[in-house]
Amino acid sequence: MSFFEILRSAMRGVTANKLRSILTLLGVTIGVGSVILLLAVGNGSAQTVQSAIAGLGTNTLTVRASQAGGGGAETASTAGSSVKTITTAVADQLDSAGLGHVKEVVPQVSTSLTVSSTSTSSTDVSVIGSTAEYFDVSTAKVASGAAFTAADVTTSAKVAVIGSELASTLYPTGSALGQTISVDGSSFTVVGILASQSSSGFTDPNTVVIAPITRVQKSYMGYGAVSTLTVLATSSDDVTAAQGEVTVMLNQLLGVTDTSDEPFTVTNQSSLLETAAASATSFTVLLGAVAAISLLVGGIGVTNVMLVTVTERTREIGIRKALGATRGAILGQFLTEAATLTLLGGVLGVIGAVIGTHWQINGTQPVILGYSMPLALGVSVAIGVFFGVYPAARAARMRPIQALRAI
Amino acid sequence: MTNLDNDRPPVLRLHGIQQVYGTGEAAVHALRGIDLDVAQGDYVAIMGPSGSGKSTLMNLLGCLDIASDGVYELAGHDVRSLTERELATVRNEEIGFVFQSFNLVPRMTALANVELPLIYGGVRRAERRRLALEALDLVGLADRADHQPQQLSGGQQQRVAIARALVTSPTLVLADEPTGNLDSASTEEILSILDSLADAGRTIVIITHEENVAERAHRILTISDGMIIRDTAAAAVTA
Repeated sequence: MSFFEILRSAMRGVTANKLRSILTLLGVTIGVGSVILLLAVGNGSAQTVQSAIAGLGTNTLTVRASQAGGGGAETASTAGSSVKTITTAVADQLDSAGLGHVKEVVPQVSTSLTVSSTSTSSTDVSVIGSTAEYFDVSTAKVASGAAFTAADVTTSAKVAVIGSELASTLYPTGSALGQTISVDGSSFTVVGILASQSSSGFTDPNTVVIAPITRVQKSYMGYGAVSTLTVLATSSDDVTAAQGEVTVMLNQLLGVTDTSDEPFTVTNQSSLLETAAASATSFTVLLGAVAAISLLVGGIGVTNVMLVTVTERTREIGIRKALGATRGAILGQFLTEAATLTLLGGVLGVIGAVIGTHWQINGTQPVILGYSMPLALGVSVAIGVFFGVYPAARAARMRPIQALRAI
Repeated sequence: MTNLDNDRPPVLRLHGIQQVYGTGEAAVHALRGIDLDVAQGDYVAIMGPSGSGKSTLMNLLGCLDIASDGVYELAGHDVRSLTERELATVRNEEIGFVFQSFNLVPRMTALANVELPLIYGGVRRAERRRLALEALDLVGLADRADHQPQQLSGGQQQRVAIARALVTSPTLVLADEPTGNLDSASTEEILSILDSLADAGRTIVIITHEENVAERAHRILTISDGMIIRDTAAAAVTA
């Protein structure tokens, strides 16, 4: 019996009972489709998280003072030691220390103040003091106007770049650009307005005031400790090296003798990225588990239909054997039938899933995982073929008269 | 043994055939030592009440079942020594089986049903079609080739089954109560086809419990309790 003959008789078997074939197809289609689609949703949300974090810049380090809070001018002398705090002077020293993997060191201070225009005021506005390089290392980008310059920092100029939402709150009718705002009594000229961005931290990035660090310290906080240093590494590959260099240099600059009690912590975005990637992966695994269950249920459906089909056709197997069919010919026919049905259903499931990924699901754009297609297809075909062929193999092993007497 | 054609080699030779179902106290001795020769061109009817073992004998003759004990030679092959694959070839080439319940494959046309043994025999498509149509023509159903079994009457279905049994030109045609499910008109149709096959020199073994069917044969065997109790030449023997 040639392969073509086997294929033809299998096709005849598939088309002989259309309803049953369609139900089998449907089981496989839904199983395969849901696995691919759910994994794609998990993957899509993982990628969204990752790209959001990547937007923060993967080549930056953040140095936070452990004890010194927002603007304490006190020296953070733990256990009576002579450990100094991180000040702008320390930041400058760090910046000019010639560390191989460090490109820039940007100090920041922050506090919370009341900001008002001539008409309205806004309380508890986050006021960040930094250098002109702040706009290079942070996600804050100036949309209109310009950032303040290094000269503004040197001269402690009373200029500010403000968040887009704050701008429209203070000047609801016209542009805030060029206007004067009052920050806790001192007047600042708005030189730039930030592009609006999604919130990724505790403070809303759209309601901040960013001013030269010298001015913020002079007017509100004094020349004490800075809250954070943002360190820009030479490239994203050098972040770890830069972290080591910064830690060593800071310990030296601050006179830290006990490295287990450093007055600062250094974090990098890639460790944050790894954490987020891990949580996204577990989300994908969860969705994958749900999908696997649906594949299993679909597989049980297929199993049922296949078992019933073959049991029903035991007599037919008997007839075929009586007419001289070998065991191989019978197996070939049922194998081809089962493979055709499940493959067709699986391919339909793949097509359905691919079409489905064109729409956002719950705010997430699904991204198909490459391995999910052969995996889902392979599992469903394997289930269908096994349960289509195994009972047929049992029937084909019988003496013809046993098969003929069935049912 | 009354064998009228000693000059021709036997198609079938059975010696001491026993068939036992079950074991121990539950064992059922369906056949208790059958010795039988069937010569080529013979038309043999096997008669007996139900439970006599005639169907069991038929299934053994058709290689649908294997005897518990004894020797069965079909066209010179010792059936017990054949492998599964060789048995399939024997069923395909040497035997044409006609069942009481027709046993056509449902949802396949009459033509496709008749072609089935040829497919398993590896006959090419065009040749297959020609042979199948020839066989259908022989039973007078060439015009029903495209009908499915459920669209045919019982008599027509049985004629398709006979065409399927004949299409490979088997050494032996076996018919297990071929008229058991048919009315008298259809019975007559089937019997006249078998008659013409016998006239054409085919070896036929038929099981029946109807006298009028058995009378058409050349030789009648009567089975009771798993043994042949009578072996007579029928009245109509032309020798």
